[in-house]
Formats: sequence, C-alpha cells, structure tokens
Amino acid sequence: MNALMVIAGQEVRAGLRNRWAAATTLILAALALSLVLLGSAPTGTVGASPVAVVVVSLASLTIFLVPLLALLLSFDAIVGEAERGTLLLLLAHPVARWQVVVGKFLGHGATLAIATVAGYGAAGVLLAATVPADAEAWRAYGGLIATSVMLGVAFVALGSLASIVVRERPTAAGLAVGLWLFFVLLYDSALLGVLVLDQGTVLSGGVLDFLLLFNPADVYRLINLSGDGAAALLAGMSAPGDAGSLPVAVLYGALAGWIVLPLAAGVAVFNRRHP
Amino acid sequence: MTPTISLEHVSRSYGRLSALDDVSLRADAGETVALVGHNGAGKTTLMKLILGLIRPTAGTVRVLGEDPAGRHGARVRARLGFLPESVAFHAAMTGTELLAFYARLKNAPLKANPEILHRVGLAEAADRRVGTYSKGMRQRLGLAQALIGEPGILLLDEPTSGLDPDSRRQVYETIAELRGRGALVLLSTHALAEIEREVDRVAMLHRGRLIAAGDVATLRRRAPIPARLRLTVRHCTTQRVLDAVSAWATVLARDPERLELAVDPAYRADVIHALDALRDVIDEVEIESPGLEALYRHLTRGEGS
Repeated sequence: MNALMVIAGQEVRAGLRNRWAAATTLILAALALSLVLLGSAPTGTVGASPVAVVVVSLASLTIFLVPLLALLLSFDAIVGEAERGTLLLLLAHPVARWQVVVGKFLGHGATLAIATVAGYGAAGVLLAATVPADAEAWRAYGGLIATSVMLGVAFVALGSLASIVVRERPTAAGLAVGLWLFFVLLYDSALLGVLVLDQGTVLSGGVLDFLLLFNPADVYRLINLSGDGAAALLAGMSAPGDAGSLPVAVLYGALAGWIVLPLAAGVAVFNRRHP
Repeated sequence: MTPTISLEHVSRSYGRLSALDDVSLRADAGETVALVGHNGAGKTTLMKLILGLIRPTAGTVRVLGEDPAGRHGARVRARLGFLPESVAFHAAMTGTELLAFYARLKNAPLKANPEILHRVGLAEAADRRVGTYSKGMRQRLGLAQALIGEPGILLLDEPTSGLDPDSRRQVYETIAELRGRGALVLLSTHALAEIEREVDRVAMLHRGRLIAAGDVATLRRRAPIPARLRLTVRHCTTQRVLDAVSAWATVLARDPERLELAVDPAYRADVIHALDALRDVIDEVEIESPGLEALYRHLTRGEGS
C-alpha cells in the first residue's frame, strides 16, 4: 500500500479511536439541529424558505466553529510527532517527507469531513422531515456542507503549516489560536476600519471583494451568504460587504487555493528541516 | 566485498556547532558494534547520517553501497530497522495496530507481526492499548517495530535505557539472536560496563570525534590502565607477598592482612604465577580488570575535558 494512504489511514483511525471524530460530529450535529429546530420562527414576514434560514444561520456559526476544530486537530500533526520521538522513526522508514505532511493532512481532512458531513447531514435529514422546501434550497444546503468541508480542510492545511514551522507544541498551539483570531475575527474588523477611514474615496467594491479573497473565512461567507436567491436576500445584513460581484467559480477557486498553498508551503519548509 | 556501513572522514556541523568531526567507521554484516559516549557526543547524529535523515557536511556515508540520503535512500531504509531514543507511541493504539502501521510503511507482511511480538515478550499485551504499557513494555514495542521485515542492519539508540535488569537481558538476547542471523547491529549506550560482553566492537565518541574504535581487548591494550589486585593474606605475611611481586606491581594500600596492588596488564600472568607459589599464605585473590568505563575516562581525560 502507498505510504501516503497508510499515514492518512492511521490518522483517521487515531481520530476515531480517541473519540475526536465522535465529539466533533456531536458538536456540529447539535449546532445544526438546534438551528433547524429554532430556525423556522423568524420566517413569517420575510417569506424565505426555512431551509434558506438554516443555511444562513448555520453558515454564520460554521465560520467560527469549523476553523477552530480544524486547527485543534492539525496543529499537533508534525510537532507532536517530533516531541513524542516518533517523527524520527517515521522518517527512518521508506517514506518521502512530502508523504508524511500530505498523508497527515489527508487523514485530518478526512476526519473533519466525516464529522461535518455526518453532523450537518443529520440536521438535513431532520429538516427534510419537518419542513417543505424546493430543490433550490436543498442545493444551497448541499453547497453549505461542501463549502464547510472545504473551509475546514483549508484550516487543516493552515494548522499543518503551523505545526511544521515551529519547534515546540505549545508554540504551535499558540500559533493556531493566532491564526483563528486573525482570520475569523480580526481580518474583517481591520477591513471595516479601513473602509470607515477611507469613506469610499479609494477603495471600490471590486477592491474590497479582492481583499476578501485573502481570507478563507470570508470566501466561505461570500459563497454561502451572497451566492444566490433566498439566502442572499436573507443574509443582507450579515454579509461582510457589498458582495456578489465575483463569480462563484472564482470563490471556489480561492477556497481551493487556501487548501493547496499552505500545504505546499508546509511541504517546502518540512523538506528543508533537520529532523 | 564492500562493508555494510562505511563512513569515510565524515563531518557534520549545525551552524558553528560541530556534531561530528572527521569520523571514519566501517561495520560488516554479523557484527555488533557499540557507539559509546556522553550525551551530545554525536551518537544520534551518526545514526541519522546512516539513516539518510541528514547529509554530512564533509565526507561520504555508504550503507549497503548506497548513499542513504541520495536517490535510492528509501531502498536503503527499507532494509534498516531503527529504534529511536525515548520513543513514545500513540497511547490510544494497541501494540498490534502500531506494529501493523509500521509494517505497512515498510511493505512487510503483516502475518509476521505476532511472531515478532512474541519474540520481544509482548504476545499477551498485544491487543492492549499502548497507554497501559509499562516503560519496559513500550521500549520492547519499539524494539519490535525495529525487527519488522527482517532488517539486515539494526540501529538501536539507547535500547536499554530505563529498563529493569530482566528486560535488559531480554534485549541483549534479542541482539545476540540477530547477530546469529547475520544482521549488523549498531547500538548506542552510556552503559559501558553492561555492553562489554555483548558486543564485538566498540567505537568511542567524544565531542563529535572518534577517540577509539576496536574490539574490547584491543582497546584495553591501547590504554595502559593497571588492573587492580586485592589479596587477603595470613597475618603479617604481606611483606613476603610483596617481595615476590614487587617487580611488576605497585602498592595501593596495605595493612597486616590485606594488600591492594596495581598491576600493569602486560605482567598480569607473571604476577599470577608468582602468587601461585605463595598459595599457603594467601586466603583470597580478587582481580579487577579495567572496564571500558575506566578506559573511556582515561581516554577523555587526555582530551582535556
């Protein structure tokens, strides 16, 4: 069997064994289910479908929760092995360095994907059983699950990078928290501050959209809250800017870039490191 | 025939720190070689070089005729078994699962694993979580993974550190068995006294330099350290004994019934012969040969440490 798949499989097994996957699935399912149960209340006057309401509120919460879970899972990937003494052992096997980094990334990504699909899928089943909705709304819900997985995987890649660039576990943990704070909380606030100071003199909507591409959480927000139809209408207040000018393909491309680039950077750094 | 492992004038430095300095070493199949030295002497660096995890800053490393850090490094590593120092495996996995993971990485058949676990004495604990293992059991699991795939070369970094005497004996029995199968075993250790009888050759490292290498007897000859001779004799016969051996021995301590002498190793046989003639007055003889420990201290003192 390929070393890449062996390492990935071991990570998935470890995730299932130490109940990380189970706990994450429960958290995500509980979150989604509570939104499903509560979500139908405010729809009366707006007239949006209950599924669209759930998509918008679930997306807003996913932005905070899923990156955090992804970073918690991945910050330990390399630095933890190094500290346990097993990294040296792993590299002493007939495996390439990139296989270690990418294999662990795949394992963590798969673990998080399983938890997200299971958790949000369960809520989707409950939703389907309780409310009527059209195909459009279900497409949006499917898109929410897919992009949530991509968002999680992007932060797994960022966490892996954090795990490679530092030498000690606590430093990696600190860096992971810093990444979360920066992308999930600070980036938007900083952007908002700039916009207020600028008063629309220099920064156009196009520039703003472009700047939002530099944050995976904002890309996720743009896809789910301003994509099309009822969700966009509902999300008007919570969307980060005058969004919607970018084609969806660009947004998906940007999110994919946020998966590939940190991972490639991690491999490059790890290749040059002395074990 | 090319040696299994050969290092030619190998140096390795990290920035300005020199971890290894001009080390040349060869080892062949069927040999057991001990790497001896204090912490930071370069033992682990040497193992990393052989594993191809780092490249030498100067000199060449060849394992099975190949450069382990080169293009065919993976092929070399597939034939190596490695036990890192103080390894801690994933606590939630069982011994069987961990061994299966490493066997898959090495492309070795999984069906050999139960036998390996049996060999290191972990057959009963195989399906328990590693978190429940004692330190000795974890170390034996580490040794077990090094045995996967019948490797021709074993690199064991401190294989007996922190083990009780029983587990140590078991480790040395396993090493002897591997040697019997024609494997090359390279082990690093601080426990000089312990390995003397277990290895064929010793390489002593001090501050990254190879200060001595050879079989134990040769190394002892190289260092003129006297053997210690303790005698218990009949009351007031010490002078008589002393007269007989004074040509080859110097007195370290004496009282009416006891005598402690330092004997030049070259004249040990003469002294024993002379004492044989005085059998009627000597009650007890105790000869203490200088161990590797004493030799290592002697050699490093010359380095001005």
